Formats: sequence, C-alpha cells, structure tokens
Amino acid sequence: MTDTSRTERPVAPPPTRGPDDEAPSDAGGLSRRTLFGLAGAGVALAGGGAAAGWAVGRSAGETARPGVVPFRDVHQAGVATPAQDRLHFASFDLTTTDRVAVARLLARWATAAERMTAGDETAANGAVGGNPLAPPADTGEALGLPAASLTITVGFGGSFFDKLGIPDRRPLALADLPPFRGDALDPARSGGDICVQACSDDPQVAVHAVRNLARTGFGTVSVRWSQLGFGRTSSTSTAQATPRNLFGFKDGTNNVKAEEPAQLDEHVWVQPGDGPDWMTGGTYLVARRIRMHIETWDRTSLQEQEQIVGRTKGEGNAFGKAGEFDLADLAARGPDGKPLIAQDAHIRLASADELNGVRILRRGYNFVDGTDGRGRLDAGLFFIAFVRDPQKQFVPMQRVLAQQDPMMEYLQHTGSAMFACPPGLAGSDYWGSALFA
Amino acid sequence: MPRRTAATVLAAAAAAAVLAGCTSTAPPAENVSGGAGGPIKVAAADSSCDVTTKEAPAGTISFTVTNTGSKVTEFYLYATGDRIMGEVENIGPGLTRDLIVEVPDGGTYTTACKPGMVGDGIRAAFTVTGNAARSVDQNTRLAEATAGYKRYVNSQIEALVPKTEEFAAAVKAGDVARAKALFPVSRTYWERIEPVAESFSDIDPKVDGRDDGEPGVAFTGYHRLEKDLWETGLQSDSPAMADALVADMKDLQTRVATLELTPVQLANGAKELLDEVATGKITGEEDRYSHTDLWDFKANVEGSQAAVAALRPVIDEKDKALGPLLDQRFAAVDTLLEQYRVGDGYKLYTELTPEDTKKMSDVVNALAEPISQVAVVVTS
Repeated sequence: MTDTSRTERPVAPPPTRGPDDEAPSDAGGLSRRTLFGLAGAGVALAGGGAAAGWAVGRSAGETARPGVVPFRDVHQAGVATPAQDRLHFASFDLTTTDRVAVARLLARWATAAERMTAGDETAANGAVGGNPLAPPADTGEALGLPAASLTITVGFGGSFFDKLGIPDRRPLALADLPPFRGDALDPARSGGDICVQACSDDPQVAVHAVRNLARTGFGTVSVRWSQLGFGRTSSTSTAQATPRNLFGFKDGTNNVKAEEPAQLDEHVWVQPGDGPDWMTGGTYLVARRIRMHIETWDRTSLQEQEQIVGRTKGEGNAFGKAGEFDLADLAARGPDGKPLIAQDAHIRLASADELNGVRILRRGYNFVDGTDGRGRLDAGLFFIAFVRDPQKQFVPMQRVLAQQDPMMEYLQHTGSAMFACPPGLAGSDYWGSALFA
Repeated sequence: MPRRTAATVLAAAAAAAVLAGCTSTAPPAENVSGGAGGPIKVAAADSSCDVTTKEAPAGTISFTVTNTGSKVTEFYLYATGDRIMGEVENIGPGLTRDLIVEVPDGGTYTTACKPGMVGDGIRAAFTVTGNAARSVDQNTRLAEATAGYKRYVNSQIEALVPKTEEFAAAVKAGDVARAKALFPVSRTYWERIEPVAESFSDIDPKVDGRDDGEPGVAFTGYHRLEKDLWETGLQSDSPAMADALVADMKDLQTRVATLELTPVQLANGAKELLDEVATGKITGEEDRYSHTDLWDFKANVEGSQAAVAALRPVIDEKDKALGPLLDQRFAAVDTLLEQYRVGDGYKLYTELTPEDTKKMSDVVNALAEPISQVAVVVTS
C-alpha cells in the first residue's frame, strides 16, 4: 500500500499539515493544563517559538513549568531526563513504503507530541470543542490531567531503512542483535520499524499519548506490539532514589546519570564522527522484555538471592561495603579467601571493570501483564537501555550475562527490539528530518 | 464474489422472477437520449463488452444491454470513484435489459460489463459531453447523493428478497448443501446495507442476532439457521425459521421504501460498515459456525464504498484530496481481499493466520480513519 495521493515531492517534505489532518484550529481551546490551573493558556502555544533558541539552550523566554519536560532540546527527552513512574512503549510497523507519507506522519507526530508534553490536547479544541459531526481530534481521556512529566521519545528500527529503500542510511551500530543463549523471543513482541516511548508520572497520560499517535498513524503505520510498565527500575538522576525491580532488589545503582555529562557523552550520546551525521546527539535504544519466573525466585533463600545479585536486598550495598553507593570492590576476599562478590554475581558480570569500561544508561520498567493461564503472573522487567553503540556496549554485556549469570535461571527474554533515536528536535524539526533531508 | 455463486446456482425460473422485480436503478426520465438516435446498444459477452457509442450528451442516457454470452451478467455506468450512476443486474444469457440513467454533468465515465457478476468487470471509458441545463447548489448535490444511495439500497433489497427466498427454500427442502452455498450469498446483500437495516431496531435482532444465551430472547434468523446447517443439523423448526426470515426481509423492503436518509447518515453508514468489519468480521465472530466471514467483510466494504461514492461529488467539491485517498485505501482493501479468494468465494475464517487478520485490520484502519472525516466534509 503506497500513499501517493499527497503532494508529489521526492523526499523531505516540509512538516505541513496534510489535507486529511484534523480540523483547523483556532487558538484558545480547552487546554488540559489550563483546566488544571498550572499556567495560562497563552503559554501553551509558546513551544514552537521558544524552540528557535534551542542551540543556545532553552533559557530564552521559557520558564520552567512544574511537571513539564521541555520537548525541544539538544537531545530527545525521555533518555537522560528524570525517569518517570510509568511507561507506555509502542513499536510500529510501516504499512507504506512511501517516504513522503512517513515524513509527513513524523511531522504530525512532532506537532501532537509537542502539545501533549506541554499538557495540551493533540490539537486546539481537540477533545470536545471541534465540529460535532467529526470524530474528536483528541481522544479526551487526558482532559483535566496535567502534563505529568510526559516525554515522547522516537526511534527507528533497522527494518525502517530497508522498507523505505534507504538501506545505505542504516547506521552500522543498528546491525541486528545476535541471538543470545536462552532467548525465547516472540516475533509478535519483537522488532518494529518505529518506536514510541511515552513516559509519564500518570499512566493515563502515557496511554493517551500512544493512543493518539497510533490513531494518527493509521494508513502509514500500525502498532506491532506495545508494553505498559510501572515502577521505574532505574534512576537517571542522583536526585532520585534507586527503585526496586520485581525481584525486590534495588536496580540500576550504578546507572549513568544526568549529572555526569562526560559519562553521557562517552556512553550514551552518539558523538561527531561516530556516524552517520544525522545521528549525532542521538542514541540507540535497546528494549528487552524479560519475563521473571517470580514464583521460583520467591522460594529461593535470601542468601542465594543476594549471592546471585552480589548486593544485599535491604540497603543494596555491595558485599563488603556499607552503603548502596559505595563502590563495589570486586577484588575483595572474605576470611576464607574466596571473593566476597562471587565470580558469577550479576553486578560483577555487568560491571564496567569486567567489560572493558562499558556502561549503559538503563531506563526500564516493571511489568505485570496479567497471568499466563498456568497460575503464574506474567511479570518481569521491560529492560530499556540507551547506548552510544549497542554493538560495543549492549551486545558484549548481554552475551556475558546470558552465558554466565545464574540469574538467567529465573529469567527469560521474550521480546527484543532496537531503535536508532535521532537527536533532539530544533525549530520545526521532526524526528528524522535530517535523515530524510 | 458470492454473487458468482448465486449466478451458477440460479435456476432459470428464479432468474425470471428477479427480472420482474429488478430493472433500472435510475429514475425514469422524460427526454431519453441515447446519443445519436435511440438507446445505446451494448453487447455483453463472456469476454467482451461492446458498447456501440462511446459518447453521449449530458442528460438522460439510455442503454439497451443484451447478454450474448453464457453467464449471467451485469452492466454498470460509473462516475469517478466507482460511483454508480446506474446499473442493471442479473441479465441472463440471451436476455435484453434497458438501463436509463440520468447524467447531468459532462466528463469521463466508465462502462462495465460483469460476466458472472464478479470482479471489476470489462471496462471502457465513456464520455459525456456538455452539461444538462440545471442549477446545482449544495442542497441539490446532497439531495442527489441521498437519492443515489437510496437507489443503491433499493437495488440491494431487490436482490436480497429473492436470494433469501432461495436460501429459505433450500432449508425447507432439507437441501443442506445448497442452503450452505446460498447462506453467504444471501447475506451479501444484507451486509451491504446493514446500517440501513439496523436502523429498524426490531428487524435486526430477529434477522442477524447471535446466540448469546440471554434468557427470554429467541435465537432466530440467519445465524440460527447457520447453526442448524453447520453445527446441529436442521431442526424441526428450521423451516419456520426460514419462513420468518423471508417475512422479515419483505417487511424490511416495505419499510425501506419510505425511508428518508440524510447525507450525514450516509457518511456515518459508510463508517459503521467498516466498524462492523473491524469488530465482527476480522475477529471471526459474525459467522461463528460457517466461518464465511470474508464474504460479509467484502459486502460491508462494498456497501461502505457505495455510500461514499454517492457522496463523491460533494466530497470532491469540499476536499480535493479526500476522494483520491479514499479510492486508494478502498483499492488496498480490495487488493488484499483478492488474495484470499478461493473459486467463487473466500477462504474460511478458520484458514486465516494471525498475520492475515493483522493485515486486514491494518487496511481497514487505514480506510476507516479518512472515512470518519466524510461526515464533516460533506456538511461543512
């Protein structure tokens, strides 16, 4: 199916509205944020104008608003910005090979995302103020809710480049992940051409974002799979406490954090010269749906649980250290001469010391997708990592863990996907506008 | 197309009966012109469609269609977007039928013969010159749209009643194989105009209700007979069920005759037909015993397209891009469905994989989204 009915232009169209776009707006519609009383309606439209100053930071004229994460910045939000409590992640398949149609959709998505992250409807008068004979442009379930720190992060899978006939633009770092020992990947929970990561402190706000983008995409993309998550399993800022995963352990103590810009540049953001140029300032997202066999884990002794992890369950300190953030001493030995932290403990295998200095930024969420019909919770960790080069960071780390980590006995990787997330959006950019240029 | 099944099983007597009830879907005209003197002759053979004149002045145009082939055929005059300007159906071999159609606007149209009453037919361009003298304002166009769709609904009901009678007769004769073959064929005409039928809230549950086990609610109509034919075997009251189904269809026919439709109802009907596909057919819930859901799927889409086609002149006036987009998305649905054709019909729902139904869902979503904008476009 090819969407050729629109303006005939070879590639890079401007982000204009298509004729089938939602009803034209007149400003001053029902603003979610206004309803909530956080700010005046006038500010709602400031996003586009303020964005012009992105290159020199976003200070010019823009006042930080509580619960609003700036949409336009040097890097995409939802990576190094503070991890929110809730996730709705969606992976889309392209249903067209028409680059113009795809670019146009990404532009429409950027417009809607910018509004939603500011706490507004997808379009002015979107939910209830439009033509009563037309379906509402905004689905409405977020009316009256604040922005709730909504971030919308978009990336492109390897198949995106193949389907659009631009395989030469596919980054080398985006080569397909190799199989790992123990993988039980379900194709219906894996892969995809475009991802949308919507994170918010309110699950309804995150779901609203994905739902409205999915709806806008009919005819160009269709949802391949999606995943809800709760209880962030990592902190991306030193201001945040380390949360616990469903094994009951603090997770991501050693995460790369926003307060470490040099570390972010080294491990997370694609640097000039890494190639391709349109990815500079971007990052790669690796998602793994990791089912936890929590019933068997729960009947494992505390001692064994802690030995598998290499940390205590309560404080989260590495063995031999007192506090959670005291650096683990991997060489430390007990009175019996054996390593305090086992040779195959999770934190040792995943540590930068053991992996030639490799670190990753983790931003995953817990999930419980009901039950599996055999009396067990379908629960686990929706692992999300952001890295500068997955081939050099995620692949070696996961290979070691899959082969050696005793925790694998309680885990099963049931979904896998990887996406190239372009840098932040400036001015009237949309995701991939540099790629299509 | 299920209608091809109909053609092959249609007895000559039944064909004659249909003929009596079904003639032109266009209104009778006062000044009939058929181009250069008299009606335009059409020879509809099995592999050709010979229209003697390719051009006529705007106004009332008359065709005389003779079936020179061996299959039951149809003849159509289409405007842009396959908007049916007029059609004659069920022309048996050797028979001649007239089509009188009013074409007020000049432009390029399409003639089509459909031997076997299947597919897009054998098509050719047909030019209408000039414009019939008239003043066309918005209300006129909208009135023409509703009148055009009303003609479509009538043409479907004119086929629905005899097809249901054939189906009922097979049930009453205990001819299970024939009844099974006629079941999806009869339903095709019902499914094409389902939103209209559903507007009579007492008829729909009797004709198309499903077995939900609700206490005090009788399980009757198509799906009751479907269960008898495919699952439990014919029951002692199956003939009574068949008679009741025919009576309900005749009741529907009587009531539709006085039905007034608005443009918004047309637009919403087009959307509702796709909703039917999305929630009932792609899930295999509609025909849970026969699994002939794809026949219904196709019929729903055809009905939706007919409603949109009737509105097409208004759509084109208001939003130049919407019509071509709808054409393209309807075509995508047709192309996909063709992949599941088997002989005269379609694969059973139980033969579809999750990948198949995902593809169907995608093309229907892609189509339904712009269709949901039609109501506001035609009333803006």
